Amino acid sequence: MVKPVIVEELVKKYRMKRGEVKALNGISFSVEKGEVFGIIGPDGAGKTSLFRILNTLLLADQGRATVNGYDTVGEYKKIRQCIGYMPGRFSLYQDLSVRENLEFFAAIFNADIQENYLLIKDIYTQIEPFRDRRAGQLSGGMKQKLALCCALIHQPEILFLDEPTTGVDAVSRKEFWEMLHRLKERGITILVSTSYMDEAGLCDRVALLQKGNILSIDTPEGIRGRFGKAVWAVRASEMFRLLNELKGDPSVESCYPFGQYHHVVLKAPLAGETDLRGIMDRERYAEAEVRPISPTIEDCFMALMKE
Amino acid sequence: MVITARDLTKRFGAFVAVDAISFEVRKGEIFGFLGANGAGKTTAMRMLCGLSLPSSGQATVAGYDVYRQTEQIKRSIGYMSQKFSLYEDLTVRENIRFYAGIYQLSDARIREKTAKLLQQLHMEEQEKSLVRSLPLGWKQKLAFAIAIVHDPAIVFLDEPTGGVDPMMRKEFWSTIYEASDRGITIFVTTHYMDEAEYCHRVSIMVDGRIEALDSPGRLMKRYAAGSMDDVFLQLARKASRTGA
Repeated sequence: MVKPVIVEELVKKYRMKRGEVKALNGISFSVEKGEVFGIIGPDGAGKTSLFRILNTLLLADQGRATVNGYDTVGEYKKIRQCIGYMPGRFSLYQDLSVRENLEFFAAIFNADIQENYLLIKDIYTQIEPFRDRRAGQLSGGMKQKLALCCALIHQPEILFLDEPTTGVDAVSRKEFWEMLHRLKERGITILVSTSYMDEAGLCDRVALLQKGNILSIDTPEGIRGRFGKAVWAVRASEMFRLLNELKGDPSVESCYPFGQYHHVVLKAPLAGETDLRGIMDRERYAEAEVRPISPTIEDCFMALMKE
Repeated sequence: MVITARDLTKRFGAFVAVDAISFEVRKGEIFGFLGANGAGKTTAMRMLCGLSLPSSGQATVAGYDVYRQTEQIKRSIGYMSQKFSLYEDLTVRENIRFYAGIYQLSDARIREKTAKLLQQLHMEEQEKSLVRSLPLGWKQKLAFAIAIVHDPAIVFLDEPTGGVDPMMRKEFWSTIYEASDRGITIFVTTHYMDEAEYCHRVSIMVDGRIEALDSPGRLMKRYAAGSMDDVFLQLARKASRTGA
């Protein structure tokens, strides 16, 4: 069976006034059928260039890619029939109503709304009370649901979602991921990008992308499992002083602020809680707390960035 | 106290956007102001910035009254948002000069501040680059430095760090800790609960009211939650207003 997405040595460069910028630096990966595959990386990592190449909207400079077995250059028309694409920027018609947008996208794909309604029912019923409202007047969460309906109305086999959760509140974000998992159960393959590391755990497999290079591809557990060093969560009453203290300590390999705690990795493999408590006692920190934690995807991403 | 709000309320006709909120923010505190879309965060923040008059209730910001002293408030606060902060068509130096000028710093003070700021940010070589050409992480650090160029009592950060790489985000939060350490109060709104966990205290708004206010650690304990995300979802799902 052909894999839904195969990417081989893709290179994309942009010519700027001051030389060239490499958006994609010869990346390769493939996506399995029915998988939720995450492209995790910050702004400028190359996520949108990759999506646009796979969606046949942009030509690569080198390498090749296939979607559903079709070549992104030679067979672009066939690809456009079998994919759904939700771009990062809201791209529906702001001055058409909810209902009109859906009808418009169904019409250009020659799809019948009634016939395909089952696929979007869960999502569409949430925005149906506002079906006569112009799309431009919807909240971020509602716009996102409408965009997803429009991307699904022709029953695509593969769904491409470019940063669907950027700027969306935590409740809508959670609901959105629940919708994606229901679509996966219907057999749709999903390629989704995000700059939020905590969303990696919601994917079956992820590629960590940074400056056009893939740092790692694996299941979220696999990536975390390969971190290979103990991580300590540390806090005390003076967090800023503690951060600088630990960063400057010769026994510390890295120390980063992580919300309520700082995450610390020590140089010596056997060093641990006693050593950290030693530093904090010596420097008289009040309310010192040290505990071992398993590394997050963000810990892994930063360690890989440094390599 | 840098902010005191007592029963602060804003009505638009029959709709109560902000419904009698009361809270205080201490000097040097990093205060997270959370809420789902439509909960009333932006309306509340506009009142605190002196951009919108309350319907009832009291509030002071940096000691100034939100009804009568809005001009003084505007001079005493800094503001930075991910959506709008710097002029992309101006250079780094021009942006600093522009904002410092708006806040009426003297020419001598602007020269001194510019030199200091470029050095602290390690951006001496980029001073003549257009802001448009800078990486996003640098823009954010520059935007924050400019937002506090006039040494405000408090700086409002409206969803400050979306999209940058984790290393840059960590650096950004280190800068915020540093400012807080120097006594600058930080008022942050964000959708991202991992950012909320950097705050000393957070408030969570639901349907115009403050439903919870405490340190992230104590909130997680009270709601038996493993993360601020869980706390937020438990509270925000009670909302009856839809974000439509």
